[in-house]
Amino acid sequence: MKNEMKVEFDAKSVNESFARVTVAAFLTQLDPTLDEIGDVKTAVSEAVTNAIIHGYENNEGKVCLTCTLEEDTVVITVEDHGAGMEDVKKAMEPFYTTKPELERSGMGFAFMEAFMDDMEVESRAGFGTKVTLTKKIGQREEENRNGCGDSSY
Amino acid sequence: MECSYQLKDGCMRISMPREVDHHYAEQLRREADLLIGAYHIRKLIFDFSGTEFMDSSGIGVLIGRCKNMGYSGGEVSAEHLNERLKKIFAVSGLHKMIQVAPDAKEENTEKNSKGERK
Repeated sequence: MKNEMKVEFDAKSVNESFARVTVAAFLTQLDPTLDEIGDVKTAVSEAVTNAIIHGYENNEGKVCLTCTLEEDTVVITVEDHGAGMEDVKKAMEPFYTTKPELERSGMGFAFMEAFMDDMEVESRAGFGTKVTLTKKIGQREEENRNGCGDSSY
Repeated sequence: MECSYQLKDGCMRISMPREVDHHYAEQLRREADLLIGAYHIRKLIFDFSGTEFMDSSGIGVLIGRCKNMGYSGGEVSAEHLNERLKKIFAVSGLHKMIQVAPDAKEENTEKNSKGERK
């Protein structure tokens, strides 16, 4: 059964935690492990921070967040209508950042890739960026099946 | 912000906030740099005992402080990482830049195993 939610919020840094906590709350329906929740929260935080800092460059704007649960998979989209990127491939290189003066580590996309199963980025300079993050939730089931179910859960 | 700074003999311990993201990172960076400069800090300890969440913005702050402290020949270390933070440190390679103190539990096991060897 498919279940979807959508929220739109102002591009303000205070909303970064709102976004990741909202997704985590919605995600509980799939009975994720703490580690899976942590992975998703980190990835959402990276995408939303990018929209605020790079998409809108700390100017006013709206960030649109959707989250879809289907069977054991979560699909999250984070979309802005800000600056967009000329060269997505370049932006995705680890440690590459256009804002070193803000001490950006350049690891945002690398984190999203590391913590999610799949990441897609659509961007057009002057129009905005849409990041789609996908992750299969079910570590706990696999653990049980492998006979090493963790008693700490 | 629930972040505090303790200074003693050129050493500063920063009790990190519950969530270290872009929103909290900027204030943290500003305050830390001000104190490091004003009090000639030689040793910096990031204490993560109260931290539940960190993303790459937090990594940026830590790397930045490491660089600044490195220029002046200072030391930087991190303490009390939970499992989540250990993962973040490992994925980012931060554990290679910052000395991470073993947690009390690990220290005890180490002591015990040393004792056994004797």
